[in-house]
Amino acid sequence: MLRKMIEIRRFEERVERLFLQEGALIGPSHLYLGEEAVAAGAIGALNDDDLTTSTYRGHGHAIAKGAPMKPLMAELFGKSTGTCKGLGGSMHIAIYPEKGSMYATAIVGSGIPIATGVGLALQKEGKRRVAMTFFGDGASNTGAFHEGINLASVWKVPVIFVCENNMYAMSTRADYAVAAESVAARAQAYKMRGMVADGNDPVSVYLAAKEAIGLARNGQGPTLLECMTYKLHGHGVYDRGDYRPKEEVEAWLKRDPIKGLEANLLKANLATQGDFDRIEKEVAAEVEGAVTFAKASPVLPFDELAEYVYVRQ
Amino acid sequence: MPELTYADALREALREEMLRDPRVVLMGEEIGVFEGVYKVTRGLLKEFGPERVRDTPISEAAIAGAAVGAALGGLKPVAEIMYMDFVTICLDQIATNAAKMHFMSGGKLKVPFVLRTQYSLGRVHGAQHSQFFPSIFFQVPGLKVILPSTPHDAKGLLKAAIREDNPVVFIESGVLYRTKGPVPDGEYVVPLGQCDVKKTGNDVTIVAVSRTVIEALAAATKLEEQGITADVIDPRTIQPLDLTTILESVKKTGRLIIASDDVKCGGIGSEIAARVVEEAFDTLDAPILRVASPDMPVPFSPTLEQAYMPNAQKIIEAAQRLIG
Repeated sequence: MLRKMIEIRRFEERVERLFLQEGALIGPSHLYLGEEAVAAGAIGALNDDDLTTSTYRGHGHAIAKGAPMKPLMAELFGKSTGTCKGLGGSMHIAIYPEKGSMYATAIVGSGIPIATGVGLALQKEGKRRVAMTFFGDGASNTGAFHEGINLASVWKVPVIFVCENNMYAMSTRADYAVAAESVAARAQAYKMRGMVADGNDPVSVYLAAKEAIGLARNGQGPTLLECMTYKLHGHGVYDRGDYRPKEEVEAWLKRDPIKGLEANLLKANLATQGDFDRIEKEVAAEVEGAVTFAKASPVLPFDELAEYVYVRQ
Repeated sequence: MPELTYADALREALREEMLRDPRVVLMGEEIGVFEGVYKVTRGLLKEFGPERVRDTPISEAAIAGAAVGAALGGLKPVAEIMYMDFVTICLDQIATNAAKMHFMSGGKLKVPFVLRTQYSLGRVHGAQHSQFFPSIFFQVPGLKVILPSTPHDAKGLLKAAIREDNPVVFIESGVLYRTKGPVPDGEYVVPLGQCDVKKTGNDVTIVAVSRTVIEALAAATKLEEQGITADVIDPRTIQPLDLTTILESVKKTGRLIIASDDVKCGGIGSEIAARVVEEAFDTLDAPILRVASPDMPVPFSPTLEQAYMPNAQKIIEAAQRLIG
């Protein structure tokens, strides 16, 4: 889990530099910095053949589900070697069905009913696989959320709805816009289990997800799992999040999920600083390798685009 | 050849494809216990059970979204949206998710599902239950759009739609459900993207879509009495559109009328007219005329609704204007 979190952190830091300092990347990009424990913990509790769906803040989900950095970085550069051959971009980078990362939508909330449908397919298949979908606190105010989780509960599909509550939908605070005690509390209205985890603690997320996954596998239906977390920076790569109170930002920075996990591992004698250094070195090489690969890759010829509109029968 | 209603033909298609492919599941409002508002799904819940004929809550976004997800997960869902008016509620799932998934994923994702819906113009349903706006899907590459006008085509095209690997919007006409027509015994499919030339003539080409095919055929019969003969062409699918057959006919007749129930502004007629002008301007002897609904909401009053709708008389008048 720590390895995945460090992979996400260093990948995203490099992406941020490519945007802001090197001017090598353009377009919208929503970084996962600060939320690494959610993807690593929740996806870490899945089996490899379980399916996930993601959102426009999906770099972290893709890495956690096992998508390699080279096609991920190439997608950000719009190259033909990207996860979506450069036709998707940052907001759809997590479409990587090769590893069961089935979709990433850029429309807030719209992935929720889709996850219900993926769950239906897995329920009918009868192999005890589950689906997990990610979305933010803002998505819980959309109609698609309410319709999607209601239908999931009616059909008792094996889906874990993971809400990454990072307290803000762009600048709009969840404590203003979510008219409920919590996002998880909304589950009750749909006869669904609601659970809350500390989204900056991967162990907390993992344990909660493990329980929800186990119930889903055993035919006991969906769970809404709310993970309380916080973005290191703002909504998109160009947003510094200046609308957030300084004290709040500082308090969350002290709860950095990676530093927290490392401290706990050291305290429990489960790892050494040397282990961390080794991981960092390996990850840094992987990230740089991905950048080199992406930069050297070609763009899909425009003439070929028409081939991608329809599946040829 | 046995005669079936349009609704019965649709049911045969659903039933045969469900027997043929266990991945086919139906979902929608009132399709199970109630057997469909227009009884298209009669008997299917009893035969296939609630696992494959799934009643849903009134949740259009969830119906369409779940169909997309189920298709991603390996099923072949046929989702029903009771009235075309309600498609706007779930348009995000169809236009912004399903239609783009194959493209955005660089060709990796397939979302084979059919969204069945119907428009009720002509059934005195008022402004919010009569809308017909198929041309919106012209603006969304990635979807296939089917508009059957006969029981034969309803069955054959629905079977083809279910076997597609692409998302398909299948638009039925509410007034056609009780119309009868010959449907062959046994297996057949109607391929997408092939016009049906319903009648041949020399003086004018009438392209008609869905319900207006019946009006166009009635108009052509009456025009014959006046010595005007017409090609009547039903494109049957507007995406893909078989332009070749239409162009061949226009080259022969030099005159084109396009009849369709949607409003004139930005409608099916607009698109076909534009393409014909681009491809075959020099073969036209007269302006292209559209017989469509006027640019206003559908009025409730039965008298006004009839006045609002395209009909045989309006097509005849258009032909007379062209030939004069």
